[in-house]
Amino acid sequence: MIEKILVLEVVLPLLAAPVCVLVRHPRFCRLFSLGVVAACFAIAVALLVEVRGGGVISYQLGGWPPPLGIEYRISTVNAYLLALVTAMALVIFSFDSRGGPPRVPEQRRHLYYAVFLLCISGLLGITITGDAFNIFVFLEISSLSSYILVSLGGHRRAVMSAFYYLVMGTIGGVFFMLGVGLLYQETGTLNLRDIAARLEPSLHDRGTVLALALLVVGISIKLAVFPLHHWLPNAYSFAPPKVSAFLAATATKVSFYLLAMILFTIFGAPFVFEELRLQAVLLPLSLLAMFLASGAAIFQTDLRRLLAYSSVAQIGYMTLGLSTANATGLAGGLVHLFNHAVMKGGLFLVVACLLYRVGSVHLDALAGIGRRMPLTSAALVIGGLSLIGVPGTVGFVSKWYLVSGVLERGWTAAAVLILLSSLLALVYVGKVVEVVYFRKPAETQPIDHVREAPLGMLAPAWVLAAAAVFFGLTTNWTYGVAREAAELLLAGGI
Amino acid sequence: MNLPEALSGLWAYWLLIALMMVGLYIVIARDNLIKKVMGLNIFQAAAILFYVTMAKVEGGTAPIVPHDPAHPGGHGAHDVVYSNPLPHVLMLTAIVVGVATTALALALAVRIHGDYGTSEEDEAVAYDAEHG
Repeated sequence: MIEKILVLEVVLPLLAAPVCVLVRHPRFCRLFSLGVVAACFAIAVALLVEVRGGGVISYQLGGWPPPLGIEYRISTVNAYLLALVTAMALVIFSFDSRGGPPRVPEQRRHLYYAVFLLCISGLLGITITGDAFNIFVFLEISSLSSYILVSLGGHRRAVMSAFYYLVMGTIGGVFFMLGVGLLYQETGTLNLRDIAARLEPSLHDRGTVLALALLVVGISIKLAVFPLHHWLPNAYSFAPPKVSAFLAATATKVSFYLLAMILFTIFGAPFVFEELRLQAVLLPLSLLAMFLASGAAIFQTDLRRLLAYSSVAQIGYMTLGLSTANATGLAGGLVHLFNHAVMKGGLFLVVACLLYRVGSVHLDALAGIGRRMPLTSAALVIGGLSLIGVPGTVGFVSKWYLVSGVLERGWTAAAVLILLSSLLALVYVGKVVEVVYFRKPAETQPIDHVREAPLGMLAPAWVLAAAAVFFGLTTNWTYGVAREAAELLLAGGI
Repeated sequence: MNLPEALSGLWAYWLLIALMMVGLYIVIARDNLIKKVMGLNIFQAAAILFYVTMAKVEGGTAPIVPHDPAHPGGHGAHDVVYSNPLPHVLMLTAIVVGVATTALALALAVRIHGDYGTSEEDEAVAYDAEHG
C-alpha cells in the first residue's frame, strides 16, 4: 500500500500547481495548497514510520525496473528530509500573510501559490529520487521557482537579488549536470545505487575526481557554503517574508542532504575523507563561515539581513558535522537541519509579523516594540536563544552532538572554536533583544499605534517557537532519526 | 600524456572547456544584464555539447533499428554499432531547463530595467547606493 502512494509525494504538488493556475481564485488556492501540503506531510510521516529501523521502500516509475528505469527509493535518510520539508512547508503555508506578497496583485495571486507548490515539488523530488539526472531536473524546478519567489519581494532590490541568485544557481546547476555526466561516462548508469556499485574500479580515474569536484562545488553554491554564499543574504532579506522563512527552512536543507548523499553513498566515506581528505577544505570553510558570517551579522542594522548572515553561519555548523565523517558529528549535522529549520523558520515568521505591524524591520524601527507586541517578541527571544545554543532549546542539542563528534575526531581546537562562535551569536542576538525590550522608541517613529500581530500570523510562529523548546528537551525523535540516518550514510546506504 | 597527444585525442574537451570559460568570463566581466544572460547560455551550451560528444561511438550510426529482411518483425540486425542515444535524450531536458532559465532571466532583466531605468549592473548598484 505505502509504496503505491509514495509517488504522490511529488505528483500531488506537481499537479496541484496547474490546478491553481486554472482555478484563479486566491482564497481557494491558498486553502487548496495548504491541503496538498498537509497530505504530503501525512505521506512523509507514514513513510518515515515505515522505514524506521532500516527498512527501504522502492517504487519503479512506469514499471521499468532499475537501473534502466527511474527509481524512487526511501530510506531513513530521505524520509527524515521529506518529513522535515513537508512539516516546515505545512507550518509556513498556514501562516496567513494577509494579502500575499507585495508585488503580486490580487488577480494574479493564484500564480504565487502555483510557484510555491512547484518549488515544494522540486525539493521533494530531489529528496525522493534515486536517479542522478532526475535530481538535476528537480533541482532546476525548485531553483527556478525559488528565483521567482524571491523576485516578488516589495523592494526594488528583490528583483536584482533574484537575478544574482539565478546566475549563481544556474552555474551551480550546470556544474552539477557536468558532474553527473562524468559519472555516467565512468559507470554507464544514472541510477545512484548502481553508480555507487560500479564506481569502485574507476574510483581513482581523473574523471571521477573531477566529477566529485564539480558536484561538490555545484551543490555548495546551492547550499551557500562559505565563500559561495554571496547570493543568500540579499535573497533572504529582500524576498517576501514568508518566502524567506520557507527557503531558509527547506531549500538549503535539501542541498545539504544532496551533498551528504553524494559524498557518502556515491563516493563513499573512505575515498572522500581518508584518501582525498575533503575535510581539509570543508573544516576550515565551515569555521570561517561560523566566524565571518556571525561577525557580519553583528554589524547588520536590518533584522532580516542579520538573520540571513546568521543562516550562512549555521550552514557552517552543518558542513562542520559533515566533515567529521563520524556517526556522532554527522548526526549532529543532520539534527541541526531540523533544528535550524525550526528556529530560523520561526524567526523569519516573526519578522513577517513585525513587518506587517511595524512596516519595517530596521532595528531603529523596532526600538521598544517588546511592549507593544509581547507575544511576537517572546517568540523572537526563544528563536534567538536557540541560535546561541542555550540549554533547553534545539540549538543546544545540535551543538552538543557537533562538539561531541568533533572531540571524537580529536579536533579539540575546532570544539573550542564552536563554543567561541556561540559568543558571536550571543552578541547579535543580544543586540536585537536590547533594541526590542530596552531601547526607547525614537521620537520620529512612534509605535503607539502598533498592536499585537493577528492570530493567523502569530500561531504558526509560535508553533515553531514551541517546537524549538519541545525538541530541545525531547531529543528521542529528532536525534534518534538523525543518528540512524547518519549510520546509514556512513555505511554507504540510502 | 604529452601535449600533442592530449590535444589530438581530447580536442573536443579542450574546445568545450574554452567555450565554457568564455561563457563564464562574460557572466563575470560584463555589466550588461542581457550579456550576462548570453554568457550563461554559452556556459550551458558547453555542458550540453559535453553530453553530446560523450554519446558519440566511433563508427556508430544513428540509433535507429534497421529493417532486417531475414527477420521480419524481429529486432533487426545485431551487428550494427549505434551512437549512445541516452545523453541526447537527457540533453532535450537540459535544453528545456536552459530555455526556462533564459526566459526567467530576461523577464527579471525587464523588471530591473523598469525599476532602475537601466540594464547595466554597475549603474543599478550605483542607484542602490544612492537611494538605499
